Amino acid sequence: MNAASVILRLFRSAAKIQRKRMVMTVMAITWGTISIVLLLSFGEGLKRSMVDGWAGMGTGIAVIWPGETSKPYAGFPPGRDLRLLQEDVDLVVAGVDEITAATGEIRSRPQLAWGRVSVNKNVIGAHPAYGELRNHRPAEGGRFINELDFRLKRRVIFLGDELAKNLFGEHEPLGETVQVNQVPFLVVGVMQKKKQMGMYGGPDADHAVIPLSTYEAVFGRRYLSNLVFKVAEPEQMERAKKRFNEVLGVKYRFDPTDERAMYVWDTVKTQQTGRNIIIGIEVFLGVIGALTLLIGGVGVANIMYAVVRHRTREIAIQMALGARRVYVMGALVVEATALTFIGGGIGIGVGVAVVETLAFVQSKVDNEAMQFLGQPTFSLPVALVTVLLLGALGLLAGYFPSRRAVAVHPAQALRYE
Amino acid sequence: MFGHFGNGGKNGGNGNGNGALVELAGIRKVYETGPVTVEALSGVDLTVRAGEFVTVVGPSGSGKSTLMNIVGCLDTPTGGSYRLKGEEVGRFTLDRLAEVRNRRIGFVFQNFNLLPQLSAFENVELPLLFAGMATRARRERAEELLAEVGLADRMRHKPTELSGGQMQRVAIARALACRPDLILADEPTGNLDSGSGRDILHVFEDLWQAGHTLLVITHDPAIAQRAPRSVTVEDGRIVADN
Repeated sequence: MNAASVILRLFRSAAKIQRKRMVMTVMAITWGTISIVLLLSFGEGLKRSMVDGWAGMGTGIAVIWPGETSKPYAGFPPGRDLRLLQEDVDLVVAGVDEITAATGEIRSRPQLAWGRVSVNKNVIGAHPAYGELRNHRPAEGGRFINELDFRLKRRVIFLGDELAKNLFGEHEPLGETVQVNQVPFLVVGVMQKKKQMGMYGGPDADHAVIPLSTYEAVFGRRYLSNLVFKVAEPEQMERAKKRFNEVLGVKYRFDPTDERAMYVWDTVKTQQTGRNIIIGIEVFLGVIGALTLLIGGVGVANIMYAVVRHRTREIAIQMALGARRVYVMGALVVEATALTFIGGGIGIGVGVAVVETLAFVQSKVDNEAMQFLGQPTFSLPVALVTVLLLGALGLLAGYFPSRRAVAVHPAQALRYE
Repeated sequence: MFGHFGNGGKNGGNGNGNGALVELAGIRKVYETGPVTVEALSGVDLTVRAGEFVTVVGPSGSGKSTLMNIVGCLDTPTGGSYRLKGEEVGRFTLDRLAEVRNRRIGFVFQNFNLLPQLSAFENVELPLLFAGMATRARRERAEELLAEVGLADRMRHKPTELSGGQMQRVAIARALACRPDLILADEPTGNLDSGSGRDILHVFEDLWQAGHTLLVITHDPAIAQRAPRSVTVEDGRIVADN
């Protein structure tokens, strides 16, 4: 026979009063748990959709647009336009250790035509590394432009999924020929549908990519619109940006500290900011949920106070018979925790059911805003946070009333009617 | 009849060798309720030896119950010294006091103080549970005690299904559960009809003869007459002891 079973025996003898109030309290806890589960699940869904969205643009990348110098350097006055070539991309890949891959981009908005359909969309000339850098995954059966396309200046084209739909409708695009400003290109791949948060010049789904070498040869443009590079680890970004300016600064004679020479969009930094905002939102949602749950917890504490009052005499009798304080307190804490977890269990069950239903409905709805909101997700951290909150609540809701219960001297309590 | 009530000569000896079980010296108890200060006990000296049967009589409000609460470690005195079996009770922690109430003292109350949700059997089991006795031993002991008080056929009944006399017998069985050194009774016949009261008195006499130490607070002259020693309390003092 040990303390735990004594506590359980006392608990069994205690759970018989205040039935109606108990049901109400359990319902309050259930409601609080449902709201915290829903709020946290929405937060989690939002977070996942954000993370997916960022990954859609590419992970650990920076986009650089050549700018205009703002500082005098090596005898040159400020205000000089800078322009980049594909060979500069090779230069920075070779000269900056942190940069693992890079590509130039030349952009224009030519006419694309297939049969009688024609649209004006962005066409990008890029190195094959672009697929990896900017997360352009080919849908089944197709491929991205490759090294050979690049070397041989082949007229091949990789279409964004929306663009492919615009041009071809239900028709299979692979192997078809698209006219880009009346120049025929063979469709070698269509992009997989993806979520994309960050973008410049329009969503990836709505543009097409051709080899940069072909672009130069066919459309006669050499200068890059911009450049994209990637680092292996996000922490290397700062150093990579600095080295990038140093390497190009030598070639084009600009001050590496001149921030206007190359305009840099550091997505690592942007994503960090985004993550912080998400954490803020999650904390906010969690606090709202916790407050709702707290109301239920106050209910539990309240009912436990009532139980203590109701049972003052019984508790005093138990103490007169030699129940140690920890047994009396233990019984009440167990009771409060049990109430909390009964309510919490129901709440988690209902909450998860609601979340699953919403997620299912959401997956069927084709709506931009809904897509962005993400599917509510009941994840392990959400479950852990909920259970921890419930546990803490139960303990607190039992502890304070139980302290009152044992604070009275048994002699006084025995007189209490 | 009460063979099992004997506690194996446990009361025979104690720490200080003079046979004193309870030693009260200059016990005072002051209740402060707001501006009003009530002195319930003003310097009580009382010694109860192991094996004695002592009644405490006195008018209501004289401090009898306060005295019993202090002796029973249900309340702490404002001043004075209380030695139980030679140990100073004032120095005990709350958990040690709980243990003393559990093992050394058996309570019998005027209004029985049985737990209403528990059966007679479970009520008797409770102090054994607090004492940490194993399940089987506990059941055997509880059955044995209830059989002794003549309630073998009422074990599974709730207190509300028992008569006053039967309830008090359950309470006595419960008080004896952990083989206490001292049985404390506060008006044990106060809520009983005269017939049941007589029965309970007989139980007490049998217990005394089996070697138990009894301290009984009572208004009942029948009990006071039967007991070899009677202490009279008035205005928080002992005014007679014979």
